[in-house]
Amino acid sequence: MSDYRIKGQKGSYEVVIGLEVHAQVTSQAKLFSGAATAFGAEPNTQVSLVDAAMPGMLPVPNRECIRQAVRTGMAIDAQINKWSRFDRKNYFYADLPQGYQISQLYHPLVGEGEIEVAPDEKNPDATKTIGVERIHVEQDAGKLMHDQHPTMSYVDLNRCGVALMEIVSKPDMRSPAEAGAYLRKLRSILRYVGSCDGNMEEGSMRADVNVSVRLPGEELGTRTETKNVNSVRFVMQVIEHEAKRQVKAIESGEGVQQETRLFDVAKGVTRPLRSKEDAHDYRYFPDPDLLPLELDDAFLAECRESLPELPDAKLKRYEDLGITPYNAAVLTAEVETANWFDRLLDAGAEAKAASNWANSVLPGILNAKEIDFSDARNTPEASAAILKMVDDGDISKGQAKEVMELYLDEGGSPADIVEKHGMKQTSDTGAIEAEVDKVLAANADKVEQYKGGKQALFGFFVGQTMKAMRGQANPQVVNQILRAKLDG
Amino acid sequence: MSDILDLTIAQLRDGFRKGDFSATEIATRYNEAVDASDALNAYLEKTPELALEAAKAADEAKAKASDSLKPLSGIPLGMKDLFATEGVTTSAGSKMLGNFKPPYESTVSANLKAAGAGMLGKLNMDEFAMGSSNETCAHGPVISPWRREGSNAAITPGGSSGGSAAAVAARIAPGATGTDTGGSIRQPAAFTGIAGIKPTYGRCSRWGIVSFASSLDQAGPMARTVRDCAIMLEAMAGFDPKDSTSIDAPVPQWEKGLSSDLKGKRVGIPREYRIDGTPAEIDALWEQGVEWLRDAGAEPVEISLPHTKYALPTYYIIAPAEASSNLARYDGVRYGLREKVEGGGLHDMYKATRSEGFGDEVKRRIMIGTYVLSAGFYDAYFTKAQKVRALIKQDFRKAFEQCDMILTPTAPSAAFGLGEKSDDPIAMYLNDVFAVPASLAGLPAMSVPGGVDKDGLPLGLHLIGNEMDEQSVLNAGLAIEERAPSIELPGKWW
Repeated sequence: MSDYRIKGQKGSYEVVIGLEVHAQVTSQAKLFSGAATAFGAEPNTQVSLVDAAMPGMLPVPNRECIRQAVRTGMAIDAQINKWSRFDRKNYFYADLPQGYQISQLYHPLVGEGEIEVAPDEKNPDATKTIGVERIHVEQDAGKLMHDQHPTMSYVDLNRCGVALMEIVSKPDMRSPAEAGAYLRKLRSILRYVGSCDGNMEEGSMRADVNVSVRLPGEELGTRTETKNVNSVRFVMQVIEHEAKRQVKAIESGEGVQQETRLFDVAKGVTRPLRSKEDAHDYRYFPDPDLLPLELDDAFLAECRESLPELPDAKLKRYEDLGITPYNAAVLTAEVETANWFDRLLDAGAEAKAASNWANSVLPGILNAKEIDFSDARNTPEASAAILKMVDDGDISKGQAKEVMELYLDEGGSPADIVEKHGMKQTSDTGAIEAEVDKVLAANADKVEQYKGGKQALFGFFVGQTMKAMRGQANPQVVNQILRAKLDG
Repeated sequence: MSDILDLTIAQLRDGFRKGDFSATEIATRYNEAVDASDALNAYLEKTPELALEAAKAADEAKAKASDSLKPLSGIPLGMKDLFATEGVTTSAGSKMLGNFKPPYESTVSANLKAAGAGMLGKLNMDEFAMGSSNETCAHGPVISPWRREGSNAAITPGGSSGGSAAAVAARIAPGATGTDTGGSIRQPAAFTGIAGIKPTYGRCSRWGIVSFASSLDQAGPMARTVRDCAIMLEAMAGFDPKDSTSIDAPVPQWEKGLSSDLKGKRVGIPREYRIDGTPAEIDALWEQGVEWLRDAGAEPVEISLPHTKYALPTYYIIAPAEASSNLARYDGVRYGLREKVEGGGLHDMYKATRSEGFGDEVKRRIMIGTYVLSAGFYDAYFTKAQKVRALIKQDFRKAFEQCDMILTPTAPSAAFGLGEKSDDPIAMYLNDVFAVPASLAGLPAMSVPGGVDKDGLPLGLHLIGNEMDEQSVLNAGLAIEERAPSIELPGKWW
């Protein structure tokens, strides 16, 4: 349970949070037209007659968008409704050519589901279940551009009609950290499933944040809804700001108004957009241009079979392999990293060593060289080869890092690098013994001191021997020989 | 040789194939007649060049190989202005669309074109198909070629497909497309003494037809004979993946299937369609219709459609509700009329554009529709209406267990004079009292001429068939057509 509270004069207020996340469905074409959906195209170049709501144009559902929403629902263990229906949400705006948005109010595609989140990143095992009320599919609107003309606004309809999933949580979150964790986890699941790219900067994912406060034990307070918040950090800021603002409003006697608000990113505050009195009457009714959506068992089976291993299952599998919960959580958060790591395991790397390598050693190397994790050179096969050489005693752990660095710079294969730079570690006892003898002879005084009880000098002899062998001696063999000669 | 204008589509087709006349002769004759018809105000836009172009193609095809002719090769048709026609002004009878020229062709008109038909022009209609007298049209009403005996008063051709009906009746088109939402093909067909069929909902694609009420709108042919309707409908109908409500079923060969032998068929007579105040001559015609069908071999059976009396109010909730939403796109932003207000913003533009662009009847229906969908009223009106609609469908389902087709009058009266009902919307809405139930149930229904009233104006008989069973409707229509007295226009006055 979250102990996040807002202190007021009358007590410590609990914050109640629900999120409505709009996630753009990954699909080549729009929800009801064949127009393309690529981000960043020239204005009004991805607009069909249907999107522009020309007279007599009719919507036809894009099966791929429905499929993606169904797969998303399955990924959060939600009820999939085999019968659903599209409704029209009526309102006038220049970015909405039809004068209505096709959405699903009465009979959504996906019903209740749940998402397990870990609000404390350092403690991934402390999880909380957040309920999902529903997922429905709907059309996105176009975009107004106010900076193109001194007295007029321009309209870009490229985004108009693009498929969105609206993923509505239950009011189950109690702190900014929980909301942040929910969003991150949801994003992670969407990216695993491949139903949304989760790119919040490009607006592929944005959240409406519902916040209310109450003293513990009281009924739910009046909520506000802050629209279109487009980063995890901003969502957390909105909650913090809204919670504090609402507590102040309650204690001053002014009270909280049920209203829609906007987040001012520059100032970090929310501002009213419209009050309940000004709220639209959307006049929802079933879209008569569309038949109810009926899904058959074969379609559902295909959706289910096409689902990849999901973050929770992967995390559990990693933990079962002996990877620490923290490492397992970090490795599974991003689907690309997780897939990379799976390939590393497939190439034969030992799980625990591989997780340390992938989480601690490798990122350091890449950061220093400003190489992206997704860089083509950073193959899991190369890492696997290096880890295997360590495992076989061919190179030391310290050399592993150096081999990776050289490999990234020079290409080829890690084995070539080791060969080329003469880095192969030796376990040849004869060669090592010869060097040990030389070191002991050259440092007879220190040998005396060691035998006199100065045990700490052991490391000095190891170091001298390794140095003499340019780091290529197997440290275990060096240890054994030194022990035999000094202690024997 | 008789005048080309007097021939039916079937006769034109056969005469052209036999070599009695060329397609170009047909088109030229019709283009002349259209040109001389301005007093009727039936054509909003004339496209003689398109009629000639199709005719030329037909003549060339015939010269090459007569078996390369298409079903409607050589036939020029009129097109209701609700159908989007590529590059040809499509106004839906409204000032709102102005001189909007679609960059696309509706599926139905494209189907007709692909079947070889030419287009004479775009036909006038009630604004956005909302009206029963053609008086709501922004371009002035169509005047019926009919007149009461001994009177020169202008008569309505009915609506909303009034231009189509008047054109076919006045011999300025051998056939025309119509659309029917709550009687807009059948009532004008009855008023002008022609045949018109609304097929099963989903038979004809709605793609490219300016929407009025999506769950009810359906295209159909209007022509002088039942056979002509069958020929046209075969060309118009067909599955269209661009319309989600289109039926994925093959198009039957209705013309080939025509038979006026109704032996073994039962014709249902719904007692609820006997409405107080219906003129005696309408009732008499109905009785006569029953006799004709009996004569053709059918057995009349009394049936009950208990929810009939709720059909009209249900229709006037559902149709305006859908219309209020369908017409939201006419906002002045992308096409059609735009009225700007000096110093005003977006909402001022909406208000000015929609105030100026829509006529009174359209505004009335938008307001009714907005009201019945609004918070607090939705369940009482819209949800209730949807439930009643389901009951009406169920009535028909049960009725068709007892009969193969249903016979009723098409309209409660003959055509009325322009201006006689325009101040009374309810009286106007009552025109569709017999037509609306079949629309709500999505069933095929047809009007065929049955006789004339005391003033010599045409009256229609109405046949309703079971889902997908246009053939029974056409066959019963044919049986009536063969027995009804032929009704002739009193003479050309325009």
